[in-house]
Amino acid sequence: MHNFNYHRAADVADASGKLTSLEDPKILAGGMTLLPTLKNRLAAPSDLIDLAAIADLKGVSVEGDEVVVRAMTPHAVVAASAEVQKALPALAQLAGNIGDPAVRHRGTIGGSVANSDPAADYPAGCVGLDATIVTNKRKIAADDFFLGLFETALEEGEVITSVRFKIPTRAHYMKFRHPASGYAVVGVMVAQYGSKARVAVTGAGPCVFRLSEMEAALEKSFAPSSIANIKVSAEQLMGDIHCSAEYRAHLITVYARRAVEAMV
Amino acid sequence: MGEFAIGQPVTRFEDPRLLRGGGRYVDDLAIPGMLFGQVLRSPHAHAKIKSIDISRAKAAPGVAAVLVNEDWATSGFGDLPRAEGKKKRDGSPMYRPHFPALAKDKVRYVGDPVAFVVAETVEQAQDAAELIDVDYEILPCVTSVALGSEPGAPLVWDDCENNICFVHLEGNKEKTEEAFAKADHIIKKRFVITRVTAATMETRGSIGHYDKAADRYTIYTTLQRALNFREELAETLNIPESRLRVVAGDIGGSFGMKSGVFNEVGLVLLGSKVTGRPVKWVCTRSESFIADAHGRDNVSDAEMALDKNGMFMGLRVRNLVNMGAYTQPGTDAGAFSNLGTLAGVYLTPAIHVDVTAVYTNTNIMRPFRGNGRPEAAFVIERLVDLAADELGIDPAEIRRRNMIPPEKMPFQTGLSFNLDCGEFEQVLDQSLEMVDYKGFEARRAEARKRGKLRGIGMSYTIEKAAAPGYEGAEVRFDRTGSVTVLTGAVTQGQGHETVFKQIVSDTLGIHPDEIHYLQGDTDQVFFGEGTGGSRTAALGGSAVTVATGKVVDKAKKIAAHMMGVDEVDFAEGVFTARETNRTLSMKEVARAAMSPKNIPQGMELGLNATAAYHTTKQNYPNGCHIVELEIDEDTGQVEMDRYVVVDDVGTVLNPLLLKGQIIGGISQGVGQMLMEHIRFDPQDGQNLTGSFMDYAMPHAEIFPHIDIKSHSVPTKTNILGVKGAGEAGCVGALPAVANALVDALSHLGVKHVEMPATPERVWRIMQEAKAGRA
Ligand SMILES: Cc1cc2nc3c(=O)[nH]c(=O)nc-3n(C[C@H](O)[C@H](O)[C@H](O)COP(=O)(O)OP(=O)(O)OC[C@H]3O[C@@H](n4cnc5c(N)ncnc54)[C@H](O)[C@@H]3O)c2cc1C
Repeated sequence: MHNFNYHRAADVADASGKLTSLEDPKILAGGMTLLPTLKNRLAAPSDLIDLAAIADLKGVSVEGDEVVVRAMTPHAVVAASAEVQKALPALAQLAGNIGDPAVRHRGTIGGSVANSDPAADYPAGCVGLDATIVTNKRKIAADDFFLGLFETALEEGEVITSVRFKIPTRAHYMKFRHPASGYAVVGVMVAQYGSKARVAVTGAGPCVFRLSEMEAALEKSFAPSSIANIKVSAEQLMGDIHCSAEYRAHLITVYARRAVEAMV
Repeated sequence: MGEFAIGQPVTRFEDPRLLRGGGRYVDDLAIPGMLFGQVLRSPHAHAKIKSIDISRAKAAPGVAAVLVNEDWATSGFGDLPRAEGKKKRDGSPMYRPHFPALAKDKVRYVGDPVAFVVAETVEQAQDAAELIDVDYEILPCVTSVALGSEPGAPLVWDDCENNICFVHLEGNKEKTEEAFAKADHIIKKRFVITRVTAATMETRGSIGHYDKAADRYTIYTTLQRALNFREELAETLNIPESRLRVVAGDIGGSFGMKSGVFNEVGLVLLGSKVTGRPVKWVCTRSESFIADAHGRDNVSDAEMALDKNGMFMGLRVRNLVNMGAYTQPGTDAGAFSNLGTLAGVYLTPAIHVDVTAVYTNTNIMRPFRGNGRPEAAFVIERLVDLAADELGIDPAEIRRRNMIPPEKMPFQTGLSFNLDCGEFEQVLDQSLEMVDYKGFEARRAEARKRGKLRGIGMSYTIEKAAAPGYEGAEVRFDRTGSVTVLTGAVTQGQGHETVFKQIVSDTLGIHPDEIHYLQGDTDQVFFGEGTGGSRTAALGGSAVTVATGKVVDKAKKIAAHMMGVDEVDFAEGVFTARETNRTLSMKEVARAAMSPKNIPQGMELGLNATAAYHTTKQNYPNGCHIVELEIDEDTGQVEMDRYVVVDDVGTVLNPLLLKGQIIGGISQGVGQMLMEHIRFDPQDGQNLTGSFMDYAMPHAEIFPHIDIKSHSVPTKTNILGVKGAGEAGCVGALPAVANALVDALSHLGVKHVEMPATPERVWRIMQEAKAGRA
């Protein structure tokens, strides 16, 4: 680890100000991704701006037809929240299956979403549950937020303050865990909003994406058989030493079908 | 004595200390004035070092020294310990490369130490290491053992032809060929045993401290055998052993991996000598993947000859074994010292094994839990299942038919093992009953309805433990009658403290709270070898027993003298004068033994005893594992559902610790069979699995309840009757899980599943089998 200056931001405005004024600053949330990167000397920011002391950024609530998760809420809190379990059980379940207990108690939704790791679970939750990413500057639809491998629509000085999930008629998340890391090799969020359906896939591509063919098929008839034979092309998918693109493509269909099976 | 007696499930005395953070591992030690070291490692698998420029690093803040090969060469230190004694096929001596602590002219694996920076802080050492400029000329490399010995393969050592380190032959070739000529069936298969890493919870580490005034070296380090380590290291340093002290604190797992004298041990000592201050180096987790020794990694071409009744007539095995880039004593042992396991528990009359050890551009190897046993067990037990399948005989039945019956003991197998005892069929039957073997097909049919392919697999494996050797023990009574017990063994988590205290408590009647266990410091422990090869219960346990026996003999004489009788009886810590009601406790006698007025004339004061116990024969733990698992037909994911073990480890000293050993071993065997795998890029030799994000370790959640029973057949090869237990779990697990996987897929015509059976691999096997059938 290289040396850096540590700041404890008093509020979001303070954090944002420091982000634009300092030399090469980074926000520190749970540190589950950022700190290993620093320890392995893969990054050397001049300043870390810790959001941990900002009370406004913590907690979950149900507001109208939305579940609101503030940026610094750890995964374990979302998983254990009675409100979330009642209003949007698929989200609680998604959060409860991230990594391991230590990671769930430190890692935050803001850090996860800002990082846009191709194998992270929350991106599938955001896109599948038609979420809005709220920052100190604007509101961004999840569909427009995740742009690519570790790439988001966030601009300089922008701080995620909360994520607002739209409560669906019903939804389910299925994940094939990476045997080493626990991340998603393939994660599929299927959600039904009245006559509309959303199918969002993480783990398989450079970033989360939707499967319009499956969505259309489910909108016609919301049943496992509607999508069981929809094959996904491996062409745009990722392959690595653990799972080939072809295998991931296969898993997407299996897990989408299983998600629907769990819902009907 | 009572609840602490031998055979009781005593909970571990070391746990409260270790679990509360009271352990003292190398990284917990700090010596005033201590500096920190950082190793600069080769980023290439094979390259010429054209030049090294250390000037910028030397000038960096806080740097005390920057060492390169030249510094090692001129220090008076010699090679790190080197393997010796084996021969090549033509009878010429094995290839033994020089082994300096820092690479000379060439690097030979990714991670090969090139330079060592010593600085005031770890961070300063890291910063400075980044400032060393090394100019490499990259050379072609070879990491695979199968490719390494092929003509034309890149040479790891220019003057080592075909990369062949040595050849080892065992068994009877002629008889084996005759058996194959007469056979009704021949089963042939190539088995690839993957490379894995020990991934110990505590990484390796060392503190070197050269005391100039005393001209004496001290090394605090992670190891398994402190006294053997001292012998080897003293030779490297070119000093008498008496000028070297080796200290091991708590060791957080080793499994064979930490048993070598690694480069960094030499480097912290040289660093200390050069700077005049103690130097600490502790391996980071990321570094450990490229800096630790690895385990296994071989290819077996195996054949079994059978008659028409399914009786094994002969076994022929050719092994290629990966040696990595350098060899040390012990790094090569996995290639030959446990081949006896290949003979299994079977009558097979004719066996021949031909082993070729091959250098490659990979990390050095060390024993890893089983050290050749799991590899051999995998080969024989997979072959047996393949034979059962080919001949249409039930796997349990074909094993039963070929098993060595107790009345044939002692039995000389077709390889080195000369078995003294064992009741294999009884163990098999007990396991079959525990798993409800008869009910399996119903469970398979029920699983099928859920889209799951259920399989059952068994292994019956045997291994050698406690190879002939010795161990020392010392029992010291304090003036007040409490005890310190010392042995040469070094626990790495096995629980030596608990078992040794049990033995002392049981034999002397002293409460464990009044017994202190001390190990791992060569200035304190007078004699012994150390821990490894499932030897400590047999050798260390026996040594402690002999020492306490000497104490009792002497104490009896003192007690008789004190009570004015000719003879006394001793039981449960109490001496009783016959035909009187007078008694003395062990503690009373121990206190009294400190005063000349209490002891018979001519006797030495005190109640201390030492023992140097040795054996000439190894023992043969054996056991049956049966596992049931289910494969998800859609995804290839494997889930174990039942796991039963019946083990014969002779006398059981502590059933709780025994279970811990078996379960730990099983988890490492299952890990290798299902997920663990060190992989190198075949082109550039980079380690592709250099972190826990890519190197998958089994978590507790993947295991079903593991049901373990003991069927104890005590051995006469040591005084306690114990057989080794440390490696047995791992030995049995690999083939049992493999056999269950193949069984689950057998309806598709699948005959073998390579390790690791990752979901994708299993899914592909199913796809291919279905395509082939369509
Ligand atoms: C062993 C392990 C296993 C894991 N397994 C999983 C898994 O199975 N599934 C999964 O989804 N994730 C997994 N993770 C990731 C983890 O859940 C966290 O979500 C992730 O590490 C990021 O969250 P954090 O709070 O730790 O962010 P940090 O590491 O602190 O920050 C990550 C990045 O986001 C930026 N950032 C943080 N907060 C904000 C904000 N409010 N606004 C703008 N930028 C911000 C930081 O500057 C940094 O660049 C795993 C992590 C580990 C270490």
